[in-house]
Amino acid sequence: MARIVKRERLVPNIHCLEIEAPEIARKCQPGQFIIIMPDEFGERIPLTVADWDRQKGTVTCVFLIVGTSTRKLSLLQSGDEVPVVVGPLGRAVEIKKLGTVMCIGGCYGIGAIYPVARALKEAGNKVLTLIDVKADYLFYWKDKFAQISDKIFISSRDYIHDCQGYVPRVLKKIIKESRQEIKRVYSSGCTYLMYTCAQATKPAGIKTLVSLNPIMVDGTGMCGACRITVDGQTKFACVDGPDFDGHLVDWDELFARRKSYFDEEIQSLCYWEKKTFP
Amino acid sequence: MVEKNQLSPEVKEKLKKEYLKEWRLALRKSVPVKERMKIPRQKMPEREPEERNKDFFEVNLGLSEKAARLEASRCLDCANPQCVLGCPVRIDIPTFIKLIEKGEFIQSVRKIKETNSLPAICGRVCPQETQCEALCNLKKATGVPVAIGNLERFVSDYERLHGEVYIPPPASPTGHKVAVIGAGPAGLTVAGELVRKGHQVTVFEALHEAGGVLVYGIPEFRLPKSILEAEVDYLKKLGVEFKMNFVVGLTATLDDLREEGYEAFFIGTGAGLPNFMRIPGENLVGVYSANEYLTRVNLMRAYAFPEYDTPVFRGKKAAVIGGGNVAMDAVRTAKRLGAKEATIVYRRSRKEMPAREEEIKHAEEEGIKFHFLTAPIRYIGDEHHRVKAMECIQMKLGEPDSSGRRRPVPIPGSEFIMEVDLVVVAIGQSPNPLIPQTTPELKVGKWGNVEVDWETMATSVEGVYAGGDIIRGGATVILAMGDGRIAAREIDKYLRSLEKK
Repeated sequence: MARIVKRERLVPNIHCLEIEAPEIARKCQPGQFIIIMPDEFGERIPLTVADWDRQKGTVTCVFLIVGTSTRKLSLLQSGDEVPVVVGPLGRAVEIKKLGTVMCIGGCYGIGAIYPVARALKEAGNKVLTLIDVKADYLFYWKDKFAQISDKIFISSRDYIHDCQGYVPRVLKKIIKESRQEIKRVYSSGCTYLMYTCAQATKPAGIKTLVSLNPIMVDGTGMCGACRITVDGQTKFACVDGPDFDGHLVDWDELFARRKSYFDEEIQSLCYWEKKTFP
Repeated sequence: MVEKNQLSPEVKEKLKKEYLKEWRLALRKSVPVKERMKIPRQKMPEREPEERNKDFFEVNLGLSEKAARLEASRCLDCANPQCVLGCPVRIDIPTFIKLIEKGEFIQSVRKIKETNSLPAICGRVCPQETQCEALCNLKKATGVPVAIGNLERFVSDYERLHGEVYIPPPASPTGHKVAVIGAGPAGLTVAGELVRKGHQVTVFEALHEAGGVLVYGIPEFRLPKSILEAEVDYLKKLGVEFKMNFVVGLTATLDDLREEGYEAFFIGTGAGLPNFMRIPGENLVGVYSANEYLTRVNLMRAYAFPEYDTPVFRGKKAAVIGGGNVAMDAVRTAKRLGAKEATIVYRRSRKEMPAREEEIKHAEEEGIKFHFLTAPIRYIGDEHHRVKAMECIQMKLGEPDSSGRRRPVPIPGSEFIMEVDLVVVAIGQSPNPLIPQTTPELKVGKWGNVEVDWETMATSVEGVYAGGDIIRGGATVILAMGDGRIAAREIDKYLRSLEKK
């Protein structure tokens, strides 16, 4: 059992969860994830660790409400207990001084990319942050990013930011203007965001690490649910990743595998809603 | 691999002492051998195939008291019992069987528990027909061995159902701390043995339920979870501490645990890495590893979806690739989840199938189809990247390979298409790499297996022992338990040697 220290709505549909997990807090590194089960009927769902406090012994994750399990998570209150929190799983992102790097986050990935950006900054890099949101008010953790970013870019579809459009358009422009300054791109968010980022950086040949989010079950390499194809080779995202070279990922396969249980997710949600809110 | 094919002098001595006891002598004389040989083997009562292939309740129902005592009286109580030689944990088989014949069921199960902490499990999942029962002298005489496994199951069920599970008094504490990594059959055995010797034992488990393959792999209809829970509960009562949701290697490394005061380690992390065939289309939606398929259904209870949130595909035309026990479990599960056609696709013939005869028989009765001498060469997907068919090729058997079985050879031009909407790949597992990866000084063999001295189960690192599928690849529950027993004995010796220093 693990205790929930705090559950907070950051912006509509996106929540943040602070969990008491001293062993995970002690070990976790940027890019790693935990698996959480909201209750004993729930799925094991992977969430990237978005922050941690080694002294206090807590880890923080940001999640988007999608299906039954995340809805259950969004109803948790301080002091509640969840049956399963396990981690830190997966490999940490390699952090070293490269010069100028770009960190891109969208949706829950804004939280997930944060510790990567922070570690890159601490390693002495110039950190450019690109946040993708539909509208400005959906950008959470602005102050946290302000402290670790040398510059923040926003790709948004609202008038505050001049309707610049989706992330690849902004990214391409930044790349063009940066004159080969950017050495590496790190991206986290929905599959489509990471795919478009990888497409945008490909012509310039900037290595782009994407934090993949396939369906998982155990998260320790035991089941192979999360298998993806990278450079023609089958990899398990849980133990070989979750970060991979975005230019080598078989995206069509990942899109299809992410949608494996589309019908079942709807069925599950209908069942749960009827049961929970009769 | 060294399999000891002789009983140690101590085991021989113990067997002889029991054999010479008065009551054994009297019981032997009470029924003539000829009469005993006339008694037919008592049939294990089973549920009707058409009833059981729709639910997850247990198939075998267990012997009645009367049938168990009759079965026990078939045992000839040989002076030189071969059965014990077939048992990896060296259960005193004649004594426990003769106690059943006498009607002393509780004494009987305690006899088993002297050497095996998990008899209700072994009585269900051990391949007795290739172990104890294969060497039974009655088999040599009449062709039909004593049903040792069914008897083991009977007494352990009797004990549990009568609420008479005996908890031995705690041993005086030695003050030594042992970390057991993995709560599967090997780890549970080690934990049970060492806690009874007075050591402080903590079992670290990555998943949220104890049991390893017994909980994520073996389905409810073969091993009900309540039985496993009872066995784990027994260990807890003995004083074993369980730390769940703890991935040794990631949550903490072996070195971290050493700093926390653990002096000896047992690695029993199993074969948690599914093998695939590396053929086109294997990553299509609807193609599962057996590990994933069974984990979803067993551990995550996907058979009760949507009451439980984890889904699993309920294919109408399911194909399971492989011929082992895992393949049988998967195909029978697919049938239970509503497959109109559930088919085993196996590259050799029925004779070479590694699955237990009982499992194959049960599968056949339940309406499972078998495609022998067939192997998939590619999977074909629809526009949604979902599997809709597979291309297979037919095989013939060639020369025997290193396993002694005849090697399957593809017949050119024999390719054909088989329509499927669910595929489960059950062609074996490799050792889980997490601990070797995070413990660089641990010596690892070419299949990723942790290397051990087979006499002691000691690894290349002092104080670290290993057993079960992490050293063997995919093997059986009882072999893992056999390894566990040896490792426990050696860990105890090791801990006591530390005191002398």
